[in-house]
Amino acid sequence: MNARSALALDQVSFHWAGHDDFGLKVPDFRLKPGERVLLLGESGSGKSTLLSLICGINAPQAGSIQVDGTELTTMRPAARDRFRAEKIGIVFQQFNLLPYASPMDNILLPLRFAPERRARVGDARGAALALTDALGLARAAMTSSTADRLSVGQQQRVAVARALIGAPSLIVADEPTSALDANSQSNFLDLLFAQCAAAGSTLLMVSHDERLAPRFDRSVRMKDIATLSREAAA
Amino acid sequence: MILLRLAMRSLVARRLTVGLTIFAVALSVALFLGVEKVRTGAKASFGDTISDTDLIVGARSGSVQLLLYSVFRIGNATNNVSWESYQDIAARPEVDWIVPISLGDSHRQFRVMGTTAEYFERYKYRSGRSLEFVQGRAFDDLFDAVIGADVAATLGYRLDDPLVVAHGLASFVSHDNQPFRVAGILAKTGTPVDRTVIVSLGAIEAIHVDWQGGAQIRGQATTPDEIRQMELSPGAITAAMIGVKSRLQIFALQRSINQYPEEPLLAVLPGVALQELWGIVGIAETALVAVSGMVVATALLGMAAMIFSGLNERRREMAILRAVGARPSTIMGLLMLEAVLMAAIAALLGIALLYAGLWIMRPYVDAAFGLYLPLEPLSSREGLVVVAVIVAAAATSIFPALRAYRLSLSDGMTVRN
Repeated sequence: MNARSALALDQVSFHWAGHDDFGLKVPDFRLKPGERVLLLGESGSGKSTLLSLICGINAPQAGSIQVDGTELTTMRPAARDRFRAEKIGIVFQQFNLLPYASPMDNILLPLRFAPERRARVGDARGAALALTDALGLARAAMTSSTADRLSVGQQQRVAVARALIGAPSLIVADEPTSALDANSQSNFLDLLFAQCAAAGSTLLMVSHDERLAPRFDRSVRMKDIATLSREAAA
Repeated sequence: MILLRLAMRSLVARRLTVGLTIFAVALSVALFLGVEKVRTGAKASFGDTISDTDLIVGARSGSVQLLLYSVFRIGNATNNVSWESYQDIAARPEVDWIVPISLGDSHRQFRVMGTTAEYFERYKYRSGRSLEFVQGRAFDDLFDAVIGADVAATLGYRLDDPLVVAHGLASFVSHDNQPFRVAGILAKTGTPVDRTVIVSLGAIEAIHVDWQGGAQIRGQATTPDEIRQMELSPGAITAAMIGVKSRLQIFALQRSINQYPEEPLLAVLPGVALQELWGIVGIAETALVAVSGMVVATALLGMAAMIFSGLNERRREMAILRAVGARPSTIMGLLMLEAVLMAAIAALLGIALLYAGLWIMRPYVDAAFGLYLPLEPLSSREGLVVVAVIVAAAATSIFPALRAYRLSLSDGMTVRN
């Protein structure tokens, strides 16, 4: 507890409301600031549940979750939503963007819910374009009227720009590369790492692909940090 | 700002279903406002039919019936008022002026009304407006006729054209031997006067000189010149319009006419009778408003159904919004904002449709029904209707929005399909 962790889960215990049989326990899981960590786990290993706890979508019944030194479990749901907008950038596997909105509006969207992050950014459009330039997105793609006209690879880069704008302290990426081919995967990771480093953000990436492990500071297996109980499950 | 833009973009992205929904609501709004316009227009032009007349006197029947045949020229008098009674009333001290009306003949499809030249001064409509002549002037010869604007327009009559009056209504027996001459054409009023041929009281008597008991006396044909020499005092009239010297005397005069011992008579206040008549018409009016209100409700329900059916496809969208920090209540608000936007666009479109419709239909409605629909801005009541539609849209959208709220709470950032 001496050095502040970017993320700290302590004796966390969670079960879905009305499903006492499905429970997730995380005794101790920490990320150091600026660390790049790969969380390995098969589907059904409780990854999604863990991410929803870290992002403050759901609250555990017991234990403590701290992001950048702030305790999430004692916050009210609305405050957790606001906190997520301010502090956490999220990239999904695919379909990250609102298809009808422009790429620019997609990137600026989190700032709408995060006034401090917005103030930190200053010129939001300029910052968005700087990010997409760094991510190798052509300006032509940015002027596209709607995000659904972009290729999957382009969409993932826009999603990264959205997660990174305003330099949130934690980036959570849920299998962001699985929709990309091997070559694009490697490229994408290079860009992601570079931008996380530039923003000083800690990266937690979830994947089932162990081949990615050497590229991270550290890789953790889901089953090593969490126990899943589903006694009555079929 | 960005949320409003997103809501707009989201609507544009679903332009087909959204467009149809908006069109349905717009049509319902246009219908509702159209009914309002016709209703208020009808009520106004109805109430404007006669003004500045204190009493209408006729043979005893019902007040509505008296009003209908004397002012609206609808239906017929069951009985006449004898000339003696008329003169008795005219001689009363309270009476400032009195104008007799004699109905019963027609020219083509238009009613012929016998009266005195004073009618043109005394008859007022639309709160005190007088009749105006477009061409010519009131009658001075026995066989002069003044025609209303619709009569002139429909029959293509001009000054000095001859016209023949038929006996009774829809009768094939014409008073061929006494041709009238168009002496004056009145300006359009939007009242039944437009559809009336007005002649002197003497003329009504003149055309019946050779008639007895509703049939022509065989072999008898008096020439117009001979008739001009005759004493043509009417035996009876149909009704009379009365103005009193002081408004305080209206009720006293009305009472004494209603109790007139020689003959059963009826005196009514036009305003009161108009209201009574509108009370009868008003049931249809209420039904119309209710039906068009139902149409609006149906269209709004259709919109709610459309939002509902789109929710499942939009769970991914809600998950993205949640991930970037939107609260479930924000997502709920976004859906309601979409509904309000749709309703607002629909309301504007509906108003545009209404005025386009009014602009196109106005001449036709005026010509066919004598109903003048002014192209005025929305009344405050109609504005309220528009606001109510938008509020109702917001209220209706609460149900799909609540469902979205629950979905986004349970889904969080993940989408289970």
